[in-house]
Amino acid sequence: MQRIGVFICWCGSNIAATVDVEKVAEVIKSEPGVVYSANYQYMCSENGQQLVKQAIKEHNLTGVVIGACSPRMHEATFRKAASEAGLNPYMVEIANIREHCSWIHKDKDEATEKAVVLVRTAIAKVKLNAPLTAGESPVVKRALVIGGGIAGIQAALDIAEAGFEVDIVEKNATIGGRMAQIDKTFPTLDCSACILTPKMVDCAQHEKIDILSYSEIEEVKGFVGNFNVKIRRKARYVDETKCTGCKICMEKCPSKKGLNEFNMNLNTRPAIYIPFAQAIPNVAVIDPTQCIKMKTGKCGICQKFCGAGAIDYEQKDTFIERQYGAIVVATGFKPIELDNFNEYGYSDNKDVITSLELERLMNAAGPTNGVLLRPSDGEHPKVITFIQCVGSRDTSGCGKPYCSKICCMYTAKHAMLIREKYPDTEVHVFYIDVRTPGKNYDEFFRRAVEQYGVDYIKGMVGKVYNENGKLMVQGSNLIDNEQITIESDLVVLAAAIEPEPSVRKIATLLTTSIDTNNFLTESHAKLRPVESPTAGVYLAGVCQGPKDIPETVSQASACAAKVIGLLVKDKLKTNPCVAQPDEMMCNGCSQCANVCAYGAITYVDKEFRVGRGTEIRRVASVNPAVCQGCGACTVTCPSGAMDLKGFSSKQIMSEVEAICKM
Amino acid sequence: MQDVSTEKKEFVPNIVAFCCNWCSYAGADLAGSSRLTYPANVKIIRVPCSCRVNPMFVLKAFQQGADGVILCGCHPGDCHYVTGNYYTRRRMALLYSFLNYMGIEKERTRVEWVSAAEGAKFAAVMNDFVKTVTELGENKRLTDLRVKEGE
Amino acid sequence: MKDVELKMLERAKALLESGEVARVVGWKKGDFYFDPSPAVFESVEELEKDFVYNWFCGANLSKYLIQIAKKEGKTAVFLKPCDTYSFNQLVKEHRIKRENVYVIAVECLAKLDVEKIKAQGVSSVVNVEVVEKKVSVTDLYGDVTVLNKPDVILTKCDTCTKTHQVKDEEIILHERPERDVDRFAEVAKLEGMTEDERFAFWREQLSKCIRCNACRNVCPACSCVKCVFDNPASGIAAKANDDKFEEQLFHVIRAFHVAGRCTDCGECSRVCPQNIPLHLLNRKFIKDIDGFYGEYQAGETSEGKTPLTSYTEGDIEAKDVFNGEAK
Repeated sequence: MQRIGVFICWCGSNIAATVDVEKVAEVIKSEPGVVYSANYQYMCSENGQQLVKQAIKEHNLTGVVIGACSPRMHEATFRKAASEAGLNPYMVEIANIREHCSWIHKDKDEATEKAVVLVRTAIAKVKLNAPLTAGESPVVKRALVIGGGIAGIQAALDIAEAGFEVDIVEKNATIGGRMAQIDKTFPTLDCSACILTPKMVDCAQHEKIDILSYSEIEEVKGFVGNFNVKIRRKARYVDETKCTGCKICMEKCPSKKGLNEFNMNLNTRPAIYIPFAQAIPNVAVIDPTQCIKMKTGKCGICQKFCGAGAIDYEQKDTFIERQYGAIVVATGFKPIELDNFNEYGYSDNKDVITSLELERLMNAAGPTNGVLLRPSDGEHPKVITFIQCVGSRDTSGCGKPYCSKICCMYTAKHAMLIREKYPDTEVHVFYIDVRTPGKNYDEFFRRAVEQYGVDYIKGMVGKVYNENGKLMVQGSNLIDNEQITIESDLVVLAAAIEPEPSVRKIATLLTTSIDTNNFLTESHAKLRPVESPTAGVYLAGVCQGPKDIPETVSQASACAAKVIGLLVKDKLKTNPCVAQPDEMMCNGCSQCANVCAYGAITYVDKEFRVGRGTEIRRVASVNPAVCQGCGACTVTCPSGAMDLKGFSSKQIMSEVEAICKM
Repeated sequence: MQDVSTEKKEFVPNIVAFCCNWCSYAGADLAGSSRLTYPANVKIIRVPCSCRVNPMFVLKAFQQGADGVILCGCHPGDCHYVTGNYYTRRRMALLYSFLNYMGIEKERTRVEWVSAAEGAKFAAVMNDFVKTVTELGENKRLTDLRVKEGE
Repeated sequence: MKDVELKMLERAKALLESGEVARVVGWKKGDFYFDPSPAVFESVEELEKDFVYNWFCGANLSKYLIQIAKKEGKTAVFLKPCDTYSFNQLVKEHRIKRENVYVIAVECLAKLDVEKIKAQGVSSVVNVEVVEKKVSVTDLYGDVTVLNKPDVILTKCDTCTKTHQVKDEEIILHERPERDVDRFAEVAKLEGMTEDERFAFWREQLSKCIRCNACRNVCPACSCVKCVFDNPASGIAAKANDDKFEEQLFHVIRAFHVAGRCTDCGECSRVCPQNIPLHLLNRKFIKDIDGFYGEYQAGETSEGKTPLTSYTEGDIEAKDVFNGEAK
């Protein structure tokens, strides 16, 4: 037999002025199942809560309805009070008679009547409530960072500094990422390597950080607090524990014609190589497609010269499995392929380059040792034209619809550095808009124009073609409303950036969502910008959206804060209002898993009694630690086997009935 | 209930509003705390997400005598549960179109996206919906779907 | 038709004899020529005695596989083009394990409706010959009547343009002329009516319903382990002396439940003893899905999501479905 207690709050005069609270309490007394009904000035006060606790004990209440302010205000308060009196906290329902009643109505009769209905509706629901208990799941105190660029490095350092173990999994042979390729950083113009490499070294030396370079994520199982990740350690054909990074192998390797990826393929490297001088780990790797020994069986020179005996041509990929409590995705970006932009002549002219290629050409450790020479003939370019928004803000379908966000600033940087170093060089920039929000950003851009005399031309470029060895850049000048052609020696394209393509596979493995541009989706665009919808998975850097270094570092640190907040807990309390399938009715049809944003639903084959025998049926299984309780699955389920605790179909149906049957 | 409180025979429709906890319910709270008025015949049922609303709830409401049913959720793209309201949108577009195909007046059904900051929109939507349904009159059709005239 | 039947019988016998399959799902003779019924054959003897395939084998055999294909050994089944969609859909929903079934696709040039033949004044049909658009019906007394084929085919065949969708099937004599028909014409006609007219139409139709559940039982999409109407936790199951919720809204709820999964096989209307055009409910959903979200045919493949378990960011808003037309 149900024993419901009802408590009507005056909220001072907030409710009592418009709702006849005494009448409501009186009318409700005669509701079936209601054994106690009271009203009080401030239910949420200590005394008010005491009233609830006392009534629960004295009247042996099985359910409590509070007619008061919005459940978003004090549901937690009253649940706690009930719990202290020995009643399951989920046996409490709130009738919102303030925000949804007294505050919006003026007529006292009308409002009183509505309050009665709202309280009746809550009674109808609470009668069908079931005691719920929040589950617990343990937390593995170790974090995984996927990607070893500046985002991954910063997140790992912050987490490690808080005392937790962190693994960085990086698919390349070294950590450092894109930032390692950049020459100078805006708006301060400090040298990128000078600020990045100390952080890389910190990572390598930190006792809590384990760098798994040349490795990739193969499989992810489990859920927040308890991920089980299988990692592929790709064969580098060099024993990481033995290699000393002396580089003698690089010197002696006879196969030196490999394209140097680190230098954007602008020069070559040997088959055995360390990507760049400050690489971490400082360990060589063999490119098996280029190595003569591995292709023909003859050579083995590097092995002969390696004093450490680190070369192992027979090395195979290995797999390790580790447990993590939290995962940070920081997979970064790449410039888009320019195949769709033939009008700029990128593939036909060596002297049409991308901005990232220019970074390498200007970098002291780059292919030209920092002297700006054009790729075709090694001459100093005298006229340089920059073209902005190549593939960014492009709704034609050839490029990307979004703004890549960093191009305006790095182009201003390039233009400024070139004018500084080579004052006799003419620099033109074609742009659609110049976007420079950010601290000291607009000042920086203005310096390029005002102090360095960079020629900014508002307009788009129609085409770039080669005429007698000169690059003719044909575009429009919208300010002067004329078509112009600029005879240039070097053309630099600000190619749009896109998420590193491997992020798609990672998103699938983590069952986290990804948008149509391959950016990972954050849990809430404004309020949960570093959390992915999958609990325990966090997003840092460009994998979540275009951003520059300071923003990336902030986001990485924010991720670290979230991860630390998770890892300090020994156990996670889970929301008990989760979906639950009735296995006897489940078809195993997979409709529910199709709509689950969290990957909380899996299917298992189970044996069921049927008549005298048994049969194996495929049935849904919800992981309560992963389910967030939205209920999308419940509606998709054709048999109604899936239900949501706390918001069951029967409960909502009974609320509907209570409201309609007035 | 109506006949107890009102002397005049003016039709007061019964409106059921399903509101998602994170946006629309909060929007309704904001309408309240901003003291924006809308008729008392709108009764709100709180659900975690608009995607929790089973079309059966809507049908049940009509069959039990609701004159209009409105479903409110976060704006598409802002769903607390990432994708929930996208499914809601498909389900309700199809359901409402179907009900109209059965002859149920299309004005009786509505989906509105109301964020937690849109208290004013919530009140305006409810006022407009109540007005529309009041003009339409009492809902009999869904309760009469299988009853021929004269029976 | 006789030669097709013979080929089917030969294949079924060979499959059983070789042990490749443990049973064959097909049709067996009924009491009359015009009432063959779905059946499971486990031996050559059973096949020789009862196997039949004629112009009245309209039943969709795919749903039977949910239970039958769970048994030990492989099950062979004869599927007409329209049945293959239901089969795929059931495979997609994990109700049938594809590897447990040996599919033999069979020809179909529409099936006949004995009620429509009776309505033309011919009863006690003992044989049918079809040449092009003419149907020669022989009755018990040996009289032959020639009827127009379009007048006497099953309603579900009226607008069928379906083709075989099961991959790696074996095909027995399948060739069909292309048809150019609009299966949504009737839905569009209803949409063109006023709300009052539509309501009157459906009230008239649904009032005929005797809640015999034949539509639910035959429907391959309605194949839940336990129907939602029999599930007390759903809040809609009928209780004695309860309100008329389930009673009144059964067909609305059923149509929504199969939306996006219904292959438009038309079995619901075929088996309805009250001749309610139930397929027009399902077809409304199909038409809307096509119109709102792009063409989609359930059961075309056995993989992928259904329209109600997928979305795009720019989907039509509920309020816009009524804009600009007279729905």
